[in-house]
Amino acid sequence: MNHIPQGLLTVFIGIFVVLVIASIITFVLTKSKPDKNFHELVLRIKSWWIMAILFSIAILINRNISILFFAFLSFLALKEYFTLIPTKRAHRAVLFFAYLSIPVQFYWIYMQWYGMFIIFIPVYMFLLIPLVLIFIGENKGFLKSVGSVHWGMMMMLFGLSHISYLLVLPPENAVGAGGAGLILYLVVLTQGNDVAQYLWGKLLGKHKVVPKVSPNKTWEGLVGGVATTVGLAYLLAPFLTPLSPLHILFSGLIIGIGGFIGDVNISALKRDIGVKDSGTTIPGHGGVLDRIDSLTFTAPMFFHFIRYLYF
Amino acid sequence: MNAIRILFSLLIIRPLILIVIGISGRYRFRLPKKGPAIIVANHNSHLDTLVLMTLFPLTLTNRIRPVAAADYFLKNRFLAWFSLNIMHILPIQRNGAKKIDDLFANVHEALKNGDIVILYPEGSRGEPEKLQNYKTGIFHLGRGCPDVPIYPTFMHGLGKALPKGDFLLVPFNCNVVVGDPFYWNPQKKEFMNELNKRMTDLADEGDFPPWE
Repeated sequence: MNHIPQGLLTVFIGIFVVLVIASIITFVLTKSKPDKNFHELVLRIKSWWIMAILFSIAILINRNISILFFAFLSFLALKEYFTLIPTKRAHRAVLFFAYLSIPVQFYWIYMQWYGMFIIFIPVYMFLLIPLVLIFIGENKGFLKSVGSVHWGMMMMLFGLSHISYLLVLPPENAVGAGGAGLILYLVVLTQGNDVAQYLWGKLLGKHKVVPKVSPNKTWEGLVGGVATTVGLAYLLAPFLTPLSPLHILFSGLIIGIGGFIGDVNISALKRDIGVKDSGTTIPGHGGVLDRIDSLTFTAPMFFHFIRYLYF
Repeated sequence: MNAIRILFSLLIIRPLILIVIGISGRYRFRLPKKGPAIIVANHNSHLDTLVLMTLFPLTLTNRIRPVAAADYFLKNRFLAWFSLNIMHILPIQRNGAKKIDDLFANVHEALKNGDIVILYPEGSRGEPEKLQNYKTGIFHLGRGCPDVPIYPTFMHGLGKALPKGDFLLVPFNCNVVVGDPFYWNPQKKEFMNELNKRMTDLADEGDFPPWE
């Protein structure tokens, strides 16, 4: 095990303190209002515990374990996406190539080859996928397959893999808690933003932002959530990042707004297909995509913001 | 051999099914805790049996006996060894049996020993992700063991992951819905209708889109 930076440890302890408090509140709620059903909330908190523990293990042990963890997360997300969307039997080989590109993409990250990491999916896989379909020779549904497969790879693989690249940015610039600190910062702000938008929406929500896509999203929730995220960004930045005060503000805004877009983006997909949850993997949350939807946007946005300024 | 089967299940079958494929099981608590029992399921893929095995605890590994066609699974020496020893199949002759009751002699024997028997009443895997009509083999099997509970189980998605005639395994999340047990009934038509109804009801539990 590597030496764990003080800031990282402090924030992890903070996460578990928050979870303990959330568990206590849930416990008190279920005891004081036995007539109300808190089953869903209890499940959700329980799942948060499991996710927080898995994530801590993935981040704290070492860099290679973290890369493997995020590769596996991409695999789960892509699998859920392919299960969700209509696919054609004749085109199943192309899905196989999509899965194969996961280890390849994460190998570029492992070897710190930024140039290849940034073009492999958007350029080479973009060109390879139609080629595979052409060799299969089934023209019916060509555009549907080529489009939906590559879109999924861009979201679940390319987008998410930006989280891992934070780990291999030059360590001398990532003063503070290193790449692991940046990941923790991104993930805590993104997930916190989801929760904050939900809570503000429940509390004050009135005016719908995108009623046709996601009727539960309100302007009050969005603004309250983004403000909370900016606040949290200021609180956590000194522990985890080299960000200057102005850049913290932008990070909070990027993650708050990006998280919202990532969320409604997957909502639109689910509405199109006609499902409520993307899967059943995470009790109380739904599927993997329901939990990482915001990250598919915040990861590349935050990554390029911080890379441009600091690396 | 018993230990090898448990290791094979632990190191190969379970990681393959639970990590590469991913199973979401509904009503798993309905599954029998011990034999004798008959599991009937729809058949789409070679993965079906592996998935059903993972639904049971490791300690029951040696009790799970898939009924399988002798003409297919015993066709060469390697496959026969693997099928009989690792997959622990109960081979049956699909054609050429003189008396229909002799056909299931080994299955009845296994049930007497308290094993859990897996049977695919569709007969073969057929077109992926399409329910075929159930053949009456299950009715004839049940005649010899009318007091053994029959558990209908519906699986979806495995035909997409590994359809008949394909060798490329493509991961998809799959669903398993377990039904309440029912018993054999001497009225053949009634019994087959009940089986059909129970299976279609299970299939209707999930919202499974058709596969082009």
